[in-house]
Amino acid sequence: MSGILILEQALNGLQFGLMLFLLAAGLTLVFGIMDMINLAHGSLYMLGAFLAATFVSLTGSFALGVLLAVPATAALGMLLEMSLLRRLYARDHLSQVLATFALILVFNEAVRIVWGTDLPLAAPEALSGPVELFPGMLYSSYRLLIIAVGAAAAGLLYYLVAKTRIGMRVRAGASNREMALAMGADIPRLFTVVFGIAAGLCAVAGALLGPILAVQVGMGENILIVAFVVIVIGGIGSVRGALVGSLIVGMVDTIGRAFLPIAFGAFLPPQLASAAGPATASVLVYLLMAVILTLRPQGLFPARG
Amino acid sequence: MARLRPGAVVLGLVVAAALAFPFVMRAEGDAYYLSFASRILIYALAATSLNLVLGYGGMISFGHAAFVGTGAYVSSILLAEGVASAWIGWPAAIAASALAALAIGAVSLRTRGVYFIMITLAFAQMTYFLVNSMKAYGGDEGLTLPARARVGGGIDLDDAQTFYYVALAALAAALVALHRLAHSRFGRVIRAIRENETRAEAIGFPVYRYKLVCFVIAGAAAGLAGALLASHGKYVNPSVLHWTQSGSLMVMVIIGGVGSLWGGALGATALLGLEDLVANHRVAWVAALLPNYPQHAGLAVGLVLLAVVLFAPQGIAGLLARRPR
Amino acid sequence: MNKATVFCAAALAFAALPAAPARAADQVTVGFISTLSGPSAALGIDIRDAFMLAVKMNGGKLGGLRADVIVGDDQFKPDVGRQLAEKNVKLDKVDILTGFVFSNIMLASVPIAFENKVVYVSPNAAPSPLAGKQCNPWFFAASWPNDAYHEAAGQYATSQGYKAVYMLAPNYQAGKDSLAGFKRFYKGSIVGEVYTQLGQLDYSAELAQVRAAKPQAVYIFLPGGMGINFIKQFVAAGLSRDIQLITPGFSSDQDIIRAVGEPMLGIHDAAHWALDLDNAANRKFVAAFEKEYGRLPTVYASQGYDTALLIDAAVRDVKGKVEDREALRHALKAAKFDSVRGPFKFNRNQYPIQNYYLRVVAKDAQGRLVNRTAGTIFKDRGDAYVDECPMK
Repeated sequence: MSGILILEQALNGLQFGLMLFLLAAGLTLVFGIMDMINLAHGSLYMLGAFLAATFVSLTGSFALGVLLAVPATAALGMLLEMSLLRRLYARDHLSQVLATFALILVFNEAVRIVWGTDLPLAAPEALSGPVELFPGMLYSSYRLLIIAVGAAAAGLLYYLVAKTRIGMRVRAGASNREMALAMGADIPRLFTVVFGIAAGLCAVAGALLGPILAVQVGMGENILIVAFVVIVIGGIGSVRGALVGSLIVGMVDTIGRAFLPIAFGAFLPPQLASAAGPATASVLVYLLMAVILTLRPQGLFPARG
Repeated sequence: MARLRPGAVVLGLVVAAALAFPFVMRAEGDAYYLSFASRILIYALAATSLNLVLGYGGMISFGHAAFVGTGAYVSSILLAEGVASAWIGWPAAIAASALAALAIGAVSLRTRGVYFIMITLAFAQMTYFLVNSMKAYGGDEGLTLPARARVGGGIDLDDAQTFYYVALAALAAALVALHRLAHSRFGRVIRAIRENETRAEAIGFPVYRYKLVCFVIAGAAAGLAGALLASHGKYVNPSVLHWTQSGSLMVMVIIGGVGSLWGGALGATALLGLEDLVANHRVAWVAALLPNYPQHAGLAVGLVLLAVVLFAPQGIAGLLARRPR
Repeated sequence: MNKATVFCAAALAFAALPAAPARAADQVTVGFISTLSGPSAALGIDIRDAFMLAVKMNGGKLGGLRADVIVGDDQFKPDVGRQLAEKNVKLDKVDILTGFVFSNIMLASVPIAFENKVVYVSPNAAPSPLAGKQCNPWFFAASWPNDAYHEAAGQYATSQGYKAVYMLAPNYQAGKDSLAGFKRFYKGSIVGEVYTQLGQLDYSAELAQVRAAKPQAVYIFLPGGMGINFIKQFVAAGLSRDIQLITPGFSSDQDIIRAVGEPMLGIHDAAHWALDLDNAANRKFVAAFEKEYGRLPTVYASQGYDTALLIDAAVRDVKGKVEDREALRHALKAAKFDSVRGPFKFNRNQYPIQNYYLRVVAKDAQGRLVNRTAGTIFKDRGDAYVDECPMK
């Protein structure tokens, strides 16, 4: 087991974890502040990817395409919030789950009608090759970009939440909504802004992951569940919790997927070892969540109290 | 709880229609819709079992597909291994699902609210991944079965009509059981827990135990639905355990009428009927607006669900129960 | 009370909904179910486009009868494919079923056709169980046995003297068949045998393992979107500098070339067909396909086209009496048609016996990236499982 292999897998885990963070951060803020379970979060991620693919092919520039997709998705997200999701804040969790589940169906079909089932999105030419981190260690330059952007987004979000006025209101709303309202915070506008930020973050993740995965209808569904697991582990309403949770889940999943098949391969034939590995890695993540829920039900960094 | 009160007349009409259906289909020479109707009956059973937990018990379980799937897989594995008798296979499926519900419920019911939703979802996903990795039983290619389960005594499940009646009998038994349960002391306690758990606890009811029993009963019924589903299609596939399947069952319950006796049956008919209508029966004016619309059945379902949640939260049963003033 | 009665009446009316419209006797109904959406949609779309092209070139007919082709999208999901197959067989009452790209979806869906005496002609998937012990008189493979390309590739790797090879395939029947086929003819050392998840798109973990294993060549079986992503990521990780990539024919075909581009140059692959195969049927096909669709056909397209020609010949041989299923079967088995791949005949397990060629990705006369034939690897090869099949 060489050091290079471990380093490379660690970087892979970091990359996955940071992208997961972009989704989880928005999800935890929406849930923490508006007390709303939003299953359609994955659909915003999908919309971001499709918009990015469209803008990239229109402008011919990857960077420009992504930069245009983010505010576009944020705008659509805010529109959705103002028109529809607002009615759900007062409703019970079951209604929220069902209404946003309905939105998943509607968005999937709407995207299929407008764009078709998938769009091509390629990484920029300049980043389609490797970078030599040190002699003997090559790593995909595009994945390094993802890590860089993810880290920058995390930093920006931290600055926004911890050091700005809006961030202060966000934290106040997450920690005690009634009091924040009593103190004069403009709640409806705050909610819309928070939702817009969440949608924008989803768009960044969708656009960046598009070239590695695929821009296709339904791409949000699998990653949505993992994002929920992350925010439960991290603590609902806490951005710091979302970061820690994402990195933990990202690492466990990647390391598991990478090394478990080898471990199983010691006593199982290749086909079975290859099947057992990823399955066990996924189960580990859920098991982790179940353990944390049992020991520390509020998550690692609870926002409230 | 919204309750259909059309009197014995309409109930009799419904039963008569259900009993006569296969003969109508045979007269038209149709094999497809008889099979489709059986599928509706099986999903009605699954949705009714979820309604017990969700509507009567107030527990938002997002992992119900795990129990349907457990029943489906246990009975399929037995059939694939040569145990053809339904008298072994189906009770085994019910027992396995009940056990799964006991295990999952025991852990999950210690949590509340969104955490309960998440943890039931997590367990369902774990089951999905585990089954998906079982290459010996097909993995994600699924498992094709040689024949349906054998009942014996002249009842041949491979005959579509016979299977329909067996599924109908299972659904009828479940509805009768649910009706009796709802009106029993157990049912009243469960509903009290749903309305205000703290108060029920304060009165002295062992809330956790009641909820767990409710959860297990629902899981067992879901297991039977799973076994029937596997025999019906002679095929089982891990997708039956996916969280989106749990979502579909919830959609059925909501559209049909959460907490109402007929909610599961109405919802299953409505959802599967709507999907079939959009996919297979071309309507000219809709095609003029959207040429490929049969491929977008999900849109119709999503919009109907949204409308129900926003404007008719009691579902079809709720609409039917409202007396004209 | 009123609403309940209305509802019950509606339910009864729904029960009385007419089934599918009656069909004319002088037509042949074909159910075509394939993967038409998702990252691997290009495969199903190619098969469908070529199939429909053949029908169109025949004046909308197959074997002299008007052809009603009912197209469905399995969305890469076995349960969806199965439901569509049930609908085709029971509701649309098709005479022939065809179309599936992926073996897992096909294996889940065709039993209902077999049970109802509906022939399935496969334009792609041809897994080993159906060639051997579970061979079925209602199944015809108009493509190539799942192992064949991989056997040819393994033979090529041996002949090139590669000492260490790392193999990857998705974890399903066809994946298993592919690596088994490669190992049957590759005599060097295998330093890795990894099964990825079907539909997996991110190969970062696997690529790190490949780098650590230091093979001379990597053999992959990753159809459609999986292959596109792998090759791109393989190049992005810098592995293409030191490691030769060998693939089965379809993993380096036009759809992948369109998506990946110049990095494909020099990849060697094995297939039963190439654009530049020199026979009249192929020249006509390639020209017509390019004219109709503005792109070059892949092997999948060639298979779809051949499937239509095969069905056309068989229907003509039974003089339009497609209801006589046994006669139709025998006509299909005789396979009297001009295939674009040259000589074609069925083995007794209804899998093809044909040639397999070495191809290399290079530029053609117009500077486009294509696969050019570079030699013959196998002549008149059947498959390794025919002896297990009890059919005559």
